[in-house]
Amino acid sequence: MILIAIDHAHGAPRRGAFELVSAARDLGGEIAAVVLGGPDAGPVAAALAAFVPRVIHVDDATLDHASHERRVTALAGVATELGAEAVLLGAGRSGQAVGPRLAWRLDGALLEDVAAVRREGSTLVAERLAYLSRASLTVRAEASPVVVSVKAGAYPAAAPADAPGTVASRAATFTAADDAARLGERRSVARGRVALEEADVVVCGGRGLGDADAFERHVVGLAHDLGAGVASTRAVVDAGWRPYDEQVGQTGKNVAPQLYFALGVSGAVQHLSGMNRSGTVVAINKDGDAPIFKVADYGIVGDVHEVLPALRAALSGLD
Amino acid sequence: MIIATYVKHVPDAEARLTADGGRIEVDDHAYALDGMDEYGVEAAVRLKEAGLADEVVALAIGPARAEAALRTALALGADRAVLLESDDDLDPLAQAGPLAEAARACGAELLLVGGKQADWDSAALGPAVAEVLGWPVCDWTTELRLEGREIAAVHDVDDGSEAWRAELPVVVTTQQGLNEPRYPTLPNIMKAKRKPLERQPVAASARVVTLAAALPSRARRGVRLEGDAATVASELARRLRDEAKVL
Repeated sequence: MILIAIDHAHGAPRRGAFELVSAARDLGGEIAAVVLGGPDAGPVAAALAAFVPRVIHVDDATLDHASHERRVTALAGVATELGAEAVLLGAGRSGQAVGPRLAWRLDGALLEDVAAVRREGSTLVAERLAYLSRASLTVRAEASPVVVSVKAGAYPAAAPADAPGTVASRAATFTAADDAARLGERRSVARGRVALEEADVVVCGGRGLGDADAFERHVVGLAHDLGAGVASTRAVVDAGWRPYDEQVGQTGKNVAPQLYFALGVSGAVQHLSGMNRSGTVVAINKDGDAPIFKVADYGIVGDVHEVLPALRAALSGLD
Repeated sequence: MIIATYVKHVPDAEARLTADGGRIEVDDHAYALDGMDEYGVEAAVRLKEAGLADEVVALAIGPARAEAALRTALALGADRAVLLESDDDLDPLAQAGPLAEAARACGAELLLVGGKQADWDSAALGPAVAEVLGWPVCDWTTELRLEGREIAAVHDVDDGSEAWRAELPVVVTTQQGLNEPRYPTLPNIMKAKRKPLERQPVAASARVVTLAAALPSRARRGVRLEGDAATVASELARRLRDEAKVL
């Protein structure tokens, strides 16, 4: 039995949920999905039932905004009850914290942030990046069950199954240790902004833009035209032009969109480690020797301030 | 209150890597204290300087060369250090047991761990050691205060940030934005050589093993577009649509 843990927001599964379905189907065998949350998670569970034969809804409103510890306890309960041999979850912030705790709680192994996972004998083998995404490792789990956190975009979104599945609700029990942390106000990124890790197109700006106004005009402007996610380099964030949650690189987010624009980005190793899995990379930079051009499919040596208005006009003029 | 801060000795971002016989090889001299762990050392030292902590203990797991990372932590202000010595390639879950034991042994009530390790590209150690200890974890922390016996923090979550509070003991994972780590001064580097550093052998078995390693390089088109702004812009737009087929 492969159990997939579903992340959801605003009453719908996140895109990564359907990628996990693909990963689970590739592994083969029985599949079940677990959805955590109160009544609002009901439609999420129902939506998932079109994709997997068995959905377990841990119906508890405290799980709508819960500590990692509560989520681990809820997931561990389901995994143990079903005798899951593997638990797949997304490798976002929450999956990064929940995965290791869950793996230890189940006395298993953790395959973290994997780009691919397959069966080998009675265990699982995965491909993952290491050394700031510069090396690719093939790793094997030596304990069972195996908790696998799957990189966003590593698998295509699954199509619905031929026959709909069932949804069962269950309750969860928690311990005092699960409530040691008290969560306060949650500040979300601006409404309407495209989530960076889920964006098909990402526009990233670096210090080469010159100032925060130019960043807003060119980077945010192009992103708006294309419905793209906005990303920043560490230098831009350190300069206070943009918030941390837009940072791509070693200390920020890892993205792999189909199309990545690097505008005024020099391309330090730390930045490249967060974007070098992107599909097509476009670099525009005044300095023709900037390392970003080594990873670019299309490079333009020029002033972003001159090229960007022309590029936006050219893109809007495409049929 | 005693603070333990975990430090890892990792290859520098610019270190040359080679893939050899299924392992990644790195020049021994290209290692340094993981930048992500510096925020934890800084946070610990500041709490001590503010009179809110009695002792800062730096902990590391790794081969003998990892002593260098501990010496750096000592030069940055840690009081003493413990090296849990192992030549094995231990995954984060395998490290979590010995690290938890060491944190308990030194009486720590706050354990700081870098948010992500630059060798394994792993964010697992902090949450895993919290699980072993049965403590809550505040991950990807950008603000940290100690108010009496309580940690008041702000940390990143998937869609933004969240306020987080818990009574000690807790595990906190650190990242950029938490503080501006200081640089070690020469006198402090000299002083660090005389601070106590204890070595303990550690036995743990790996839960994940590496079967193969490679240094992939993605083939890029490497096309340079030249001409005035209007020319390169329309050429790029056309190529993105017709050649790369991404528009």
